[in-house]
Amino acid sequence: MSALAAATEATGVETTGVAGASAADTAVYVRGLVRAFGDRRVIDGLDVDIRAGEFVALLGHSGCGKSTLLRILAGLDRNIEGHVAVPRRIGVAFQSPRLMPWKRVWRNVVLGLPGRPDRQLASSYLSEVGLDEYATAWPKTLSGGEAQRVSLARALVRDPDLLLLDEPFGALDALTRIKAQHLVAELWQRHGCAVLLVTHDVEESLIVADRVLVMDGGGIAHEVRVELPRPRDVGHPEFVALRTQLLAWLGVGLTGPA
Amino acid sequence: MVLGQPDLAAETIGGGELANRAAGLITVQPLRARGRVRLPRGVRRMFGPLVFLFLWWLFTKTGVLSKVALAPPQSVASAGWHLIVDGTLISAIWASLQRVLWGFLIGGVIAITLALLAGLFRLGEDLVDATMGMLRTVPWVGLIPLFVVWFGIGERPKIALVALGVTFPLYINTYAGIRNVDAGLVETGTSLGLGRWGLIRHVVLPGALPGALVGLRYSLGIAWLALVFAEQINASNGIGYLMNNAENYFETNVIILCLVVYAILGLTTDLIVRLLIRYLLPWRTSYEGT
Repeated sequence: MSALAAATEATGVETTGVAGASAADTAVYVRGLVRAFGDRRVIDGLDVDIRAGEFVALLGHSGCGKSTLLRILAGLDRNIEGHVAVPRRIGVAFQSPRLMPWKRVWRNVVLGLPGRPDRQLASSYLSEVGLDEYATAWPKTLSGGEAQRVSLARALVRDPDLLLLDEPFGALDALTRIKAQHLVAELWQRHGCAVLLVTHDVEESLIVADRVLVMDGGGIAHEVRVELPRPRDVGHPEFVALRTQLLAWLGVGLTGPA
Repeated sequence: MVLGQPDLAAETIGGGELANRAAGLITVQPLRARGRVRLPRGVRRMFGPLVFLFLWWLFTKTGVLSKVALAPPQSVASAGWHLIVDGTLISAIWASLQRVLWGFLIGGVIAITLALLAGLFRLGEDLVDATMGMLRTVPWVGLIPLFVVWFGIGERPKIALVALGVTFPLYINTYAGIRNVDAGLVETGTSLGLGRWGLIRHVVLPGALPGALVGLRYSLGIAWLALVFAEQINASNGIGYLMNNAENYFETNVIILCLVVYAILGLTTDLIVRLLIRYLLPWRTSYEGT
């Protein structure tokens, strides 16, 4: 059980050699990151910075290494070379909710926090995602969207400086996904933590993020700043232009380069 | 498109009536429309055993089966009644129950300890699992002569045999339960800041519980089976002793009674485990056997 073995040390991934990054305004600092699976270097000399409180979306084809990067930042994959610095408090939400089926919803939310499980604390975060009434329910009784919201509450309850979201809306239906995107944007504005959202949905990245990164060839290939006011109008000409640009970078621009 | 199809069909047929619109379709009949008298489920389930009892009675009554070979049901019942009244049956059940409980307790502690060692630690796996895999292939009933040499003919070889029978199914299922815990959940636990002990307590052990309970059910079944074998070893009390005695006097009614008692005791412990499963695993999406 290698995950278990790793867990003993993984609790406080802090700095692996910070070079010139001031901790106060930087949430993520990565230089020359390499992660190889056998001979294949999925991440090859990657550099990335995320400012404190910044919302960054990471786009890329499936298999481009974006989820691997997220797992590295979460401290779950440490077979790496290079410099990686992340905050001490990190919240992670995965593509599937990954709630412990044997714990009631509120106990899932506060799992891993020091001290006795705090029902009040769980309730306040569950009401933030609109699920306080399900506090004592079993996870199996929740819908996919509800379970994903619980997993968001669980990520936020530890008051993270960095929130890592690994395609958390990928498995949701279109309507639920739109609601979840709004919820995440709202939670981010309230909590002010830096967010790295891994997604393959170009529109989603433009709705929620300050900055969109496109990963390709083992590094950050492109990056674009989104300065549109929130909430964003998907019909805004600049929004459309950015989407066209990102799609072109991803190699699926149907209308050609913008 | 789908909505349009009946209209299209109606047009080609040329009628506007409901029957025509439904041409080529079959009507889904509501279930209750089949109108027949239904017996309660419990009554229906009694039917098989009752037929069995009747045939047993009939065959012994008509002499198809001789009364020496197989006692009729009423003779078994009256033997049961007499043995209960004079206290023999109760003290025999108590003696057997104690053997099962002690054997189960000892085997259970050994199995769970080994399963935890092998399931949670690489070193434990390498040391324990290969050994258990090897020992598992030894037919444990065949160890009775050796146990008599080691432990004599008192209670100890009987308890040891039950313990041995219990150990393997409980070990294998608990170990498999630990190893089948979703790696994604373990990873999630890690990302939530759980340490090694926290992961074991909040993720691995609850995740292994369904497997362990399956093992518990198997091992309790084996415990009673092991007892039947064990009580053939020179027992001076217990159900097996009652049976051996009856064999000497050709009392087939008592022999059958003892078999029925074994069955009832086995069913009772199985029922207890099923209640335990229902109580311990309310979070599961599916139940087994309840």
